[in-house]
Amino acid sequence: MERKFESDVQLIKYEVLREVARGAMNGNLKEKIDEIPYIIDPGPEPRTRCCIYKEREITKERIKLAMGGNKENKNIVEVIDVACDKCPINRFFVTEACRGCLAHRCSEACPRGAIYHVSGRSYIDQNKCIECGRCKEACPYNAIADVMRPCRRACLPGAISMDENKKATINNDKCIQCGACVIQCPFGAIMDKSFIVDVINILNESKHNDELHVYAAIAPAIASQFTYANIEQVVSGIKKLGFYDVVEVALGADMVSLHEAKEFSETVGEKKVVTTSCCPAFVNYIRKYYPQLANNISNTVSPMIAISRLIKHIDPYAKVVFIGPCIAKKAEAMEEELKRDIDYVLTFEEIAAMIDAAGIDLESCEEVPLNNASYYGRIFARSGGVTESVAHIIETKNIDIEFRPVYCDGLKECDKALKLAKVNRLEGNFIEGMACQGGCISGPASLHHAPKDKTEVDKYGKLALEENVDSSLRVFKIEDINLDRK
Amino acid sequence: MVINVCVGSACHLKGSYNIISKFEDLIKEYGLDDKVVVKAAFCLGQCTKAVSVKIDDGPISSVNEDNIIDFFKANVLKEA
Repeated sequence: MERKFESDVQLIKYEVLREVARGAMNGNLKEKIDEIPYIIDPGPEPRTRCCIYKEREITKERIKLAMGGNKENKNIVEVIDVACDKCPINRFFVTEACRGCLAHRCSEACPRGAIYHVSGRSYIDQNKCIECGRCKEACPYNAIADVMRPCRRACLPGAISMDENKKATINNDKCIQCGACVIQCPFGAIMDKSFIVDVINILNESKHNDELHVYAAIAPAIASQFTYANIEQVVSGIKKLGFYDVVEVALGADMVSLHEAKEFSETVGEKKVVTTSCCPAFVNYIRKYYPQLANNISNTVSPMIAISRLIKHIDPYAKVVFIGPCIAKKAEAMEEELKRDIDYVLTFEEIAAMIDAAGIDLESCEEVPLNNASYYGRIFARSGGVTESVAHIIETKNIDIEFRPVYCDGLKECDKALKLAKVNRLEGNFIEGMACQGGCISGPASLHHAPKDKTEVDKYGKLALEENVDSSLRVFKIEDINLDRK
Repeated sequence: MVINVCVGSACHLKGSYNIISKFEDLIKEYGLDDKVVVKAAFCLGQCTKAVSVKIDDGPISSVNEDNIIDFFKANVLKEA
């Protein structure tokens, strides 16, 4: 079946990943690398750009990122300079809709006198404009357009600016690596680095090495991803790629909720407010913008790290590859203190590209079950899930503690709660923070974004064989596994 | 001696969690606590043999609630 993509940006990224994966699988990536731009942009007519040569040039840059990108740049997100050239430089301008009215509400509203009128039309003096947007609000004809660059608009921390060549540039000190700009750039000029080649190499190696078991740990957001096949077929496809076993990250989430509830009850008295630590972009945001609250971040590891430690505890030959909707997870995996826990991070986009590169037809795959976690671990994939799970543990374990959660859906809400927490005005003692609005299911490397994704996660949660955290974890000696970040 | 019981999804669905607790009960019943441990393992690679059980580095056997006692007697009691 033909894959459906949300946009040509997603499609082109997928095609590059697929061709790079194919080369790595066949062991001839080096020889084939120059051919890939011709496969993706066969010409003679360009698909999206001014000419076929430029398109191929951009594809070459995408290939570099698909193969790991610039190793000197520690940021997992990179701007493809040559692809970034279409956005207007100025944010506000007066459109044709301007009637040249008498009232001149626009210039009346402008605090800098930046608006002038020539032959019955208003114009903005861009040297004076401070981008406050009051003229746009004031115009009765809606004639003033706000064309802020989508990457800048997407970047709440304000890490993106224009360089002297008018290209977007990311300030790594400000960037929280959430990946919002990656999905928001309409030209696909910002992309995340991929470890797809490393993963394929290690899978190849494991074929001849009995002491190397590569596990795929799948994030619960999978529930809303592969609309053209069911999850059991996806699992089967992933196994066919050479993974030793496929395990639910939601089982790690079960471990996290148990540990988180315990830690919360022990530390909230002293800390007053504790925040979650599952979302790495949220954790980065606190560290960079609310350093005074850094000690309030839960010391519990994320579900990715928890499941990885469990797998490695059980199987000393294990290497673990996390597969999810998240770009920030790639950065989390590179953190000094967590580097040994998780080996690689792939996205749903990348695993789909690998499955197709290997010629695996998901729809005809047999169904292989994926069922270890409980409902509570699975709903971590959506906003409010962590809170619900921790509340469940506190209630069922009769932990005597007042639990007043504030759940923040998206970075904007996180910022509001953190602002209040900073000045001790937060109406609550537990902050659930998710950088992506809707939670992980809206992640920037999801294949599928839709309002009904949340329902899919809940539905998937209810299919869990194990009813609650205690039952899903009952065969593991969880007390032997360290679930502290440090 | 280590009894590895697969808790990979296929075996889990066939009741591997119960197999683990059954083994633990049997070990207690026969007083083998210091000689035998039961461990959860991820996929042992033979999903059709659910629930897959492997003693130390031995072959993989298929164990279910009906044959677990015979299996225990033949493979654990005799050896331990």
